[in-house]
Amino acid sequence: MSEATLPKAMLERIEDFGGAAQPLLKVVGLTKHFPVRGGLLSKARTVRAVDNVSFEIAKGETVGIVGESGCGKSTTARLLMHLMTRDAGEILYDGMQVGRALSLRELRRGMQMVFQDSYASLNPRLTIEESIAFGPKVHGMDDAPARKLARELLDKVGLRPETFANRYPHEISGGQRQRVNIARALALSPRLVILDEAVSALDKSVEAQVLNLLADLKSEFGLTYLFISHDLNVVRYISDRVLVMYLGEVVELGPVDQVWDAPAHPYTRALLAAMPAADPDNRTETPPITGDPPNPIDPPPGCRFHTRCASAEPMCSAASPTLTDLDGAGHQAACYMAIPGSGHSRASAAEKAA
Amino acid sequence: MLAYVARRFVYAVPIVLSVALVCFLLVHITPGDPLVAVLPADASQELAAQLRTAYGFDRPLPVQFGLWLWKAVHGDLGNSIATGRPVLSEVIRAVANTVTLAVVAAVIGFTLGLFFGIVAGYFRNTWIDKVATSVAIAGVSLPHYWLGMVLVIIFSVQLNWLPAVGAGPGGSGEWKWDWAHLSYLVLPAITTSVIPMGIVTRTVRALTGDILSQDFVEALRAKGLSETHVFRHVIKNAAPTALAVMGLQLGYMLGGSILIETVFSWPGSGLLLNSAIFQRDLPLLQGTILVLALFFVFLNLMVDIAQASIDPRIKRG
Amino acid sequence: MTVITESVLQAAPVTKTRGYWGTVGRRILRDKVSLICACVLIAIFLSALFAPWLGLADPYQGSMIRRLRPIGTPNYPLGSDELGRDMLARLIYGGRLSLIIGILPVVFAFMIGTVLGIVAGYVGGKLNTAIMRTVDVFFAFPSVLLAIAISGALGAGIVNSIVSLTIVFVPQITRVAESVTTGVRNMDFVDAARASGAGALTIMRVHILGNVLGPIFVYSTGLISVSMILAAGLSFLGLGTKPPEPEWGLMLNTLRTAIYVNPWVAALPGVMIFAVSICFNLLSDGLRSAMDIRE
Repeated sequence: MSEATLPKAMLERIEDFGGAAQPLLKVVGLTKHFPVRGGLLSKARTVRAVDNVSFEIAKGETVGIVGESGCGKSTTARLLMHLMTRDAGEILYDGMQVGRALSLRELRRGMQMVFQDSYASLNPRLTIEESIAFGPKVHGMDDAPARKLARELLDKVGLRPETFANRYPHEISGGQRQRVNIARALALSPRLVILDEAVSALDKSVEAQVLNLLADLKSEFGLTYLFISHDLNVVRYISDRVLVMYLGEVVELGPVDQVWDAPAHPYTRALLAAMPAADPDNRTETPPITGDPPNPIDPPPGCRFHTRCASAEPMCSAASPTLTDLDGAGHQAACYMAIPGSGHSRASAAEKAA
Repeated sequence: MLAYVARRFVYAVPIVLSVALVCFLLVHITPGDPLVAVLPADASQELAAQLRTAYGFDRPLPVQFGLWLWKAVHGDLGNSIATGRPVLSEVIRAVANTVTLAVVAAVIGFTLGLFFGIVAGYFRNTWIDKVATSVAIAGVSLPHYWLGMVLVIIFSVQLNWLPAVGAGPGGSGEWKWDWAHLSYLVLPAITTSVIPMGIVTRTVRALTGDILSQDFVEALRAKGLSETHVFRHVIKNAAPTALAVMGLQLGYMLGGSILIETVFSWPGSGLLLNSAIFQRDLPLLQGTILVLALFFVFLNLMVDIAQASIDPRIKRG
Repeated sequence: MTVITESVLQAAPVTKTRGYWGTVGRRILRDKVSLICACVLIAIFLSALFAPWLGLADPYQGSMIRRLRPIGTPNYPLGSDELGRDMLARLIYGGRLSLIIGILPVVFAFMIGTVLGIVAGYVGGKLNTAIMRTVDVFFAFPSVLLAIAISGALGAGIVNSIVSLTIVFVPQITRVAESVTTGVRNMDFVDAARASGAGALTIMRVHILGNVLGPIFVYSTGLISVSMILAAGLSFLGLGTKPPEPEWGLMLNTLRTAIYVNPWVAALPGVMIFAVSICFNLLSDGLRSAMDIRE
């Protein structure tokens, strides 16, 4: 943590309130349902994009979110950024409720986001320097220092300012654009950066470079990451803890090594098994998971995964299991098989009253 | 499909009401007292007060609108101040002439437009395309009333082939589909057809070009389908949009005929509107605009429904 | 955003880059048709503007004995009108009023429609519904009918003619502006700007306006072509300019009776309307393809 090398003229950071023990972000019961307009006579239905999602992110940690497309990862990111209104749930930033102890405007400085589409997330009519300088100017910085900051940040993300500052987004490559987007996010001195599939659209070699850059920036700027991706290898590489989402719900969460080594939810197992193995002898021939995810419009009752689960039993379609702690070390899963004494034939016997 | 038609009709109701409101308000944005229009120049105070009550001008505007609308729904658009005849019958007689003109012009304009458009789309970026595009752009840039004058100069004044004004020999008699009458229709119809011709050419050219550059056309040709079959696919894909554009153009011809009808003294709704404006015949003005606008709304509705019935991509749920 | 600081000057860019509008400008200069149209329009504009200094005859001074001279008469290069006034002078002076009543409505409608459309498109929701449903009502009238109805109700006059044409064009531009804005609004960079804490006005000014102005501008340029025809058309009907002012539409009207005497002189004002109209149309097409920059 070499604080001295940080640009001097950065915006002041949102102060650390609760200390290390206070999670930087605490999400409780986050819910977003989209109404789907029915026809003249058919009744309106809802897509449960995000349903009762709760988790915490500790200071300095990197939390990954994985899941198939359409599982609510990106909606979660937009809800956290307050780009969308949530239907229910609480979002606490360093223990502060947004809108009460912390204004929305202050939250913007404390939390930034990098989008997947590097081109669409930059205004084509602004130069790179102007795009990066826009945020600080919104928060009261003058034009000249904001541009100076933009150039310093370009340097920080590995782009020569004299070459890139006055270029337009269409004149640079995808990897370079994503570096610009990272610089733009850093320009507001955030403590938390949400990376929504930020490296997914890049070539593998460029992806590795950007991931290394992110790791460097994290220690240099003392950042906390929420890393959203469908690429399990990348998530394992960068994350400390991981959340597995399926159809808008968290089905498993825990330290990345434990989840990878001992996945408790059949969906997580299927996802991990679907990863192409590096060793050709280890490749599986049979697909571990079949079919598309069910329509998120009116999802199945009970456990949402039971329609695709090989071990589903009648109880699975009756009621949905809740996230349950498995080992006392933060590894949780929402599956009757993993919950001792749940009544599922493959669950271990009750050690304590379930 | 039935549900779609029903829904379109339901959506049209607020539009129709708003159109009626605009027509009603037209009279009230006129400078001064609307009464002035119906009052003889030397009217006494008593007569003014009498007429004010008779026309309901002394009541609040919403009430006036309600009364006016109630009468309009029952086909009573008031009487023309100039002729004293019911507005509705005047308008309907004039609209019939305008429809005759518009339909003939549409046949000319759409045929030429479709032909130029398809040819230009097929031979994109060749000299044929350039000629067709130039004709199209000239068509939409021509002041059509001036084109009417030029046609009169050439074919009536210089060559003396066709009559310059009117809708038939011996003044405004009954319209007949014989040459004596048709000769009066030729110049106004050609003039009216120029704008739709240009617009249809542009639209169809763009549509044809786009469709031909799509992958599925490659696939059809690769399958060994004849050009006639490919052409059929092009027509099928271009039809919904082309139809919508032509429907709209027909509406514009019906509603926007005032300039051309003035040039040729064609006794249609446009000429009626012209005289209503200059004689400050407000009931006639209001009624003519209302009928024409309602006609336009109805035509748009029909086009929407026709388009939906041939375009599988429009949801009909 | 244009302040260039010392540090920026010191670190001058190694590679020269052109902004979007720079590229568009270069492309339009390479397009011969657009260039010619621009030149014709500039010539008509300048001659109308500097008409008093061009050594022309008095456009109001008639002569009962020199009425309706044909084109090419000595001292009357383009003939004379029904009151013996010099046609060349009247055509050039006529550009002043004709261009004003043709272009101003589009300029006003561009300003009003852009604001309405961007607000409707960016804010969305009930405000969008309110604005766009009102716009729909005006689309229930053919534009010529609407222009003449309003003009006819308001009465003849230049101001009324400009007002009525503005009312005709505002809904059209609003609809275009709204649809372009809705498209831009859903782009990630707008979300990124919101995520940086910028207010709606700042986002509309910095991020929306620059991206929607181009298409709206092109559309409006094309509308000038329609507006020129309609404005002259209103005057032709007697709803716009009043005699003896030289104005192309009105001149066409007053010369209508002369087509049996000297037909080609009578047709001249229409040539001017046509020229301006087609030039704006071609220019709009040229702009559109110049702005269609694909990577």
